[in-house]
Amino acid sequence: MNTNENAAPILRARSLRHSFGQTDALRGIDLDVQAGEVLAVMGPSGSGKSTLLHCLAGVLVPDQGSVDYSPAGRAGTAISTLAEPRRARLRLTDFGFVFQFGQLLPELSAADNVSIPLLLSGTRRQDALRRSTEMLERLGLDGLGAKLPGELSGGQAQRVAVARAMVTSPAVLFADEPTGSLDSLASENVLTLMLELVREAGTTVVMITHDARTAAYADREVIVRDGVIAAGYRVSA
Amino acid sequence: MNNSLTLLGLLSREASYGYDLKHSYDRYFGAGKALAFGQVYSTLARMVRDELIRALGEETGGGPDRKKYEITWAGQNKVHEWLFTPDVPSESLQSNLFAKTVIALLLDDDANRLLDLQRMRHMARMRELTRLKQEANLLQVLQCDHGLFHIEADLRWIDLTSARLTQLKKELQSA
Repeated sequence: MNTNENAAPILRARSLRHSFGQTDALRGIDLDVQAGEVLAVMGPSGSGKSTLLHCLAGVLVPDQGSVDYSPAGRAGTAISTLAEPRRARLRLTDFGFVFQFGQLLPELSAADNVSIPLLLSGTRRQDALRRSTEMLERLGLDGLGAKLPGELSGGQAQRVAVARAMVTSPAVLFADEPTGSLDSLASENVLTLMLELVREAGTTVVMITHDARTAAYADREVIVRDGVIAAGYRVSA
Repeated sequence: MNNSLTLLGLLSREASYGYDLKHSYDRYFGAGKALAFGQVYSTLARMVRDELIRALGEETGGGPDRKKYEITWAGQNKVHEWLFTPDVPSESLQSNLFAKTVIALLLDDDANRLLDLQRMRHMARMRELTRLKQEANLLQVLQCDHGLFHIEADLRWIDLTSARLTQLKKELQSA
């Protein structure tokens, strides 16, 4: 783990509350995520863990509470107070995302899928393709750049999704059940490669999983239960 | 499963005769394997010697089953320490953890906390095994996988039990 215990956490959530209609998804969450750590967020279905991830990543604005993002060497940002265009920009420049079912664009090749975040941030097409090809090779997908997602196995497609999330060297990678649709061996391959990449890059990871073997790749875990962090896992300060 | 501590845990609810204690034990934990009277009385004698419990006096003409026992402060502390000390993950864990969970609910103590403590201990061991796999040869990887899957089975039981605690408590209290 590449963390500095004296530094401010890269993500700090305080008193997060969020409801969907009558359902309270988050009921007062405090959470610190240290720079460079890999954190697993566990908990039963419907416990609020996906809502928590969406609030941390600026996808959702919590009804109450704050999320502060403090990357090394830059001024901190109160994500929860930003308007959507600025949150969208932050997600593009600083965050990467991996979901359970890859969510690759089916009509684009693997290499084009990986290029998308670079193209959206203004990288020239030729440079974007070169970097996406390098990233695919790094994930053991040499020669598969021209394939469409439908022509890849589940494990290969998920590695393309990891490549797409990591190609911009994000400060934080948010992963929601990244291996939830894979068998044990494919899951192990994806996690091992993903963790090698993030540790080399010093990327912080917030990973939702209900699977203990997946969570065991993390540096620590927290349990979300009924919209709060379970007692033994709470922030002490 | 630790029979002595389980009996001590049952006794910490209220003073009991050895006879009632044995039946209480059999009701909660004796499925297919009732405790022998001899074992109950020898365990009680040992706990009296260790000052974890004391005999409250004897009814005239009674045998060992006519003695009533109550737990001491030292005994209460021993039960509390047992409940909230996570076990080393092992194949025999499940039954001990089962006993602790039931005793915590019977005592109206924090069963969720003991399950969380055990989950942390399990996750720590799973992280160790996962790290070991990174540098291991395939045979060692298989060995680590064996451990990981067994610990995972315990964790799944912990998660399910955690989700069922409220219902479990109601059932135990109405039994």
